[in-house]
Amino acid sequence: MGKYLTINGKKLEFRDERNLLEIIRKEHIDLPTFCYHSELSIHGSCRLCMVEIAGRGVMSACSTPPELDMEIKTNTEQLIEIRKITIELLLANHDRECTMCAKSESCKLQSLARRLGIEEVRFKNIFHKESKDISTYALVRDNGKCVLCGDCVRFCDEIQSIGALGFAGRGWRAKICLSFERNLESSECVYCGQCSRVCPTGAILPKTEFRGVWKALSDKKKKVIVAIAPAVRAAIGEVFGVTEENGTEIAGKIVTALRSMGFAKVFDISFTADMTIIEEANEFLERLGKGDDMPMFTSCCPAWVRFVEQYYPDFIKNISTCRSPQGMYGSIARRIMPEVLGIPKEELVIVSVMPCTAKKYEARRSELAKDGVIDIDYVITTQELALMIEEAGLRFGNLEASAFDMPLGFKTGGGIIFGNSGGVTEAVLRNVMNTNGDESEEFNFVRGENGVREAKLKVGTRELKLAVVHGLKNARKVLRDIRADKKRYDFVEVMACPGGCIGGAGQPVYSDLAVRKKRSKVLYENDKIMELHKPQDNPYVQKIYKDYLENPGSKKAHEYLHTTFKYRKRFKATLEIFKSHLEKSININVCVGNNCLRKGSKEILKHIIGDNKFKDNVNVQALICLEKCSNGPAVKINGKTFEHCTPGSVENAIKEELKK
Amino acid sequence: MTSNYSKFEAVCCILEENNFDKSKLIPILQSVQEEYRYLPAEIMSFISSSLDMSPAIVYGVATFYSHFTLNPKGENIIKVCNGTACHVKKSAAIIDAMRKKLGLKENENTTKDMLFTIETVACLGACGLAPVVVINENVHGQMTAEKIVKLIDETMGAK
Repeated sequence: MGKYLTINGKKLEFRDERNLLEIIRKEHIDLPTFCYHSELSIHGSCRLCMVEIAGRGVMSACSTPPELDMEIKTNTEQLIEIRKITIELLLANHDRECTMCAKSESCKLQSLARRLGIEEVRFKNIFHKESKDISTYALVRDNGKCVLCGDCVRFCDEIQSIGALGFAGRGWRAKICLSFERNLESSECVYCGQCSRVCPTGAILPKTEFRGVWKALSDKKKKVIVAIAPAVRAAIGEVFGVTEENGTEIAGKIVTALRSMGFAKVFDISFTADMTIIEEANEFLERLGKGDDMPMFTSCCPAWVRFVEQYYPDFIKNISTCRSPQGMYGSIARRIMPEVLGIPKEELVIVSVMPCTAKKYEARRSELAKDGVIDIDYVITTQELALMIEEAGLRFGNLEASAFDMPLGFKTGGGIIFGNSGGVTEAVLRNVMNTNGDESEEFNFVRGENGVREAKLKVGTRELKLAVVHGLKNARKVLRDIRADKKRYDFVEVMACPGGCIGGAGQPVYSDLAVRKKRSKVLYENDKIMELHKPQDNPYVQKIYKDYLENPGSKKAHEYLHTTFKYRKRFKATLEIFKSHLEKSININVCVGNNCLRKGSKEILKHIIGDNKFKDNVNVQALICLEKCSNGPAVKINGKTFEHCTPGSVENAIKEELKK
Repeated sequence: MTSNYSKFEAVCCILEENNFDKSKLIPILQSVQEEYRYLPAEIMSFISSSLDMSPAIVYGVATFYSHFTLNPKGENIIKVCNGTACHVKKSAAIIDAMRKKLGLKENENTTKDMLFTIETVACLGACGLAPVVVINENVHGQMTAEKIVKLIDETMGAK
């Protein structure tokens, strides 16, 4: 027997829906919400999805589970008034300069105010402008636009397991901020930017840099070249209502648009994605042969790389040293293209179009610069490209498609599917196993939506264990399992954003998860219609290797296509434990990070200053953290770091130092 | 030479007594505040690292409850009740007089010499004595602007 309730007088069956909101939305009633996302936990703070339940009164639909014979009304006069008051209260404390907000037209607050017919705010305006946080290349935070829905806080914590953002204060003083009111740059943020995707207003936005691109385009002394990432073609059509065309057609329209804006050459990041695969597969086979630093992790996602650098320094050696496709594009464009294209170096301006906010940060990593000069001058997002197209007055839907420029415009299907979670793994397998990877292939497991997908695969006589992961919380679990020896893998692909690059924070904002599936399909369909599917078959890639880079994995290839990684401290905290007044004293830093503390750094501190052994000859600080987590407790004495310390060994080391 | 070791050791003991249990964050912060009289940022960072939780959560809890303070408090704490009864009996005038006497600017609650901290509280439950002021542990009822100035002078003199 079915279970029934009524909504607005209509009897409806319900099954396993978690809350009334799900049932109501299935009925195609768009009950407004700020704080509800099906991927996140239920918060119930925005008070917009209020419904009237007979016998109970007004309740929030998102946090009320369905019950038998409930009688629900969604649109009474009282409910409409409640929603209006909520929006008006938010507007009374909101930066209402909507015309100058980048979120204008896609802002939920703006559209709700319109939907609810709000013509005046009956409450006193108490808005005070605060300065924006522009400390990073990736994101801009503006608390003046915040509605305190907490979506960013929950995404950062629940999906990414970072928890950089949090609520602080309470009541009318409540706000969202980073710990201790720091800025983004000095926080734990890895720049995935998903907070900006779930933000209903303009409180967190990807930072834009397309103004600089326009400027370069209008400079007659400059030649501007550009490359678009695979995922861009899967999503940009959404902005212009062009969603039925295939990836090649959309990419062709983008090429036409970019040319008409004045770009000298239009390339495809899928080309360098092909190169990345060739280098990465080569590196993988080398590591597999030697058995060193396994499993190998992919290195294409800069948010994931930063995550490892911050939280798992002991796994840095496991990351493939290959640059990401953007990194390879930058290097080739900066160092090889001037000769190939006949453009003088100083005239060349290099732009990339990315679905991602972390790519903006990646381009500025010092490891990707040569002699202090970064390879890529401007990284713009899909959103920014759409804006430029609009600004140029181009009717995207009506544009004819045109072809990419050579050589960096030619790609195989392997380079295109890079934009999907699982794409890198599939392309590597096509390379390693020399197959085309159509749907009948045995490694089809890499496709799909699950956060962690695993498989075993026979290659020659060996059985490979692979994992494809998206979302950093899933990645953290996989890393913990590997560290605890619960899981063994040979190859692990990680993308920080759910769905991979197609779901990146630089893409047009979406909240319906079906959008992600559609984007993923665009790339897989695009792969199907390509002539070539295996990265190693790309003739232009072969030519670049022949002319400039010798072989995959060669010294030259390493110079151009590989990079390095390093620890990046999560946060620093220094506790002054003992301060000497002598001018010449020994500086001792004892790590009291979580691992070292559990392994006995407190006893070390106690031993060296507990009974005032060294009198005024030492300066002692407790630190978080020396990043020697697997070899703790760690102590630094006058700049030299000691691992596996004991109270006795530290005492001896200090005595040695005192003798000097 | 100055040593903060005993305080640091006390924080470690507090963490140990609470078994490094995340769910005991509030009692941990309470005990640490007793030790330091406030919650220093670096100690909160240390707590978040030791409990393996995001510093943003620790900061959120510490700023949510008015019991916690992130700034060092003065030697003498003056609580002025600003509940309904006291408010009607003009507690605002007492606060103004105190601020003037102690030379506190807007948004400042502690004197530069760290002698006094003033706090406003919602209700002390002594509405019959309104307006009420508590200096350290002593309750003073039916306060006036003149009386509070005198009391501050007396407190200064006693030290």
